[in-house]
Amino acid sequence: MAQSSASKVTPIHSGGILSAGAVAPNFTLHVTPDQTLTLSDLLGRPVILAFYPADWSPVCGDQMALYNEILPEFRKYGAELLGVSVDGSWCHDAFAAARHLHFPLLSDFEPKGAVARQYGAYRAADGVCDRALFVIDKKGTIAWSYCSPVAVNPGADGILQALEDLPNKDLPK
Amino acid sequence: MATLKVPITAEDHAQGLESADVTLVEYGDYECPYCGQAYPVVHQLQKQFAKRFRFVFRNFPLSEMHPHAEAAAEVAEFAGAQGKFWEMHDKLYENQGRLGEALYVDLAEKLKLSTTALHQALQQKTFEARVRADFKGGVRSGVNGTPTFFINGHRHDGSFDFETLVSAIRQAMATVKSA
Repeated sequence: MAQSSASKVTPIHSGGILSAGAVAPNFTLHVTPDQTLTLSDLLGRPVILAFYPADWSPVCGDQMALYNEILPEFRKYGAELLGVSVDGSWCHDAFAAARHLHFPLLSDFEPKGAVARQYGAYRAADGVCDRALFVIDKKGTIAWSYCSPVAVNPGADGILQALEDLPNKDLPK
Repeated sequence: MATLKVPITAEDHAQGLESADVTLVEYGDYECPYCGQAYPVVHQLQKQFAKRFRFVFRNFPLSEMHPHAEAAAEVAEFAGAQGKFWEMHDKLYENQGRLGEALYVDLAEKLKLSTTALHQALQQKTFEARVRADFKGGVRSGVNGTPTFFINGHRHDGSFDFETLVSAIRQAMATVKSA
């Protein structure tokens, strides 16, 4: 179901993940055990979608913790950051609390990885999301995407450049 | 491949000659245990490569994770403004388990720096802008955690044990020579 609808709306692929120009597939995912978030509710501002393999990577500079530190830079562009993995929302809750994360983590948990698959960002062999980044403009079109080798934390330089390059961005405050 | 976007200038904290074959830039956090592990490795590299090697340190405090990281970075910058950056830098890493006000005062006294001026600098956040500028530049260059190393401007994605860094630095030296 998820895959067939993805093929309809997403003509542009490169290296597996959706590329710039594709319409960002809409989704509704749990953001806490009893709340959901729908991508289209965020139309009108840029969205950074960061798929990542799993909560609790055993390093200091893990990707979500790094983005948490950089959040003020993203917010200058009015951008919303959403982390997505296949971890359940209770797991996300504990992880976000432990790392003091100030942005939502979405659970692509049931059916597992369905949203990641729509974005071409699912590692079926491992059962986890790829380290794939998407910057979606305020009209819901993918403006930039990047898939990092799974062992390499991609940092945030690409995201910031993409936000900077958004043609229809609101000027940084 | 991520590359260093902020060129090295006289404002940077650097050890070694500008003419060195290889410059290693570290983006580090004084409270990060991995940076603590990397600290003696950098000293070993300095011994190993001597005049052919330059080391630059820039601040990348992960303050949400490490409550002491920002203040420690500002303490090092405070010392730096008085020509004692490296002395403070080294002592902060050597006492990483004791980061906090008492240690900063203790170290300032040892380095013969005014503790009143130190308190003032921390309270007025005199060096916050400098630390923040390092951080932002790091983000733009693709710093993806701490420590992040750049060897002649290219992010080193391998591990930061001595042997791995030696071999990456030798490779960079070979490139310089053949260029």
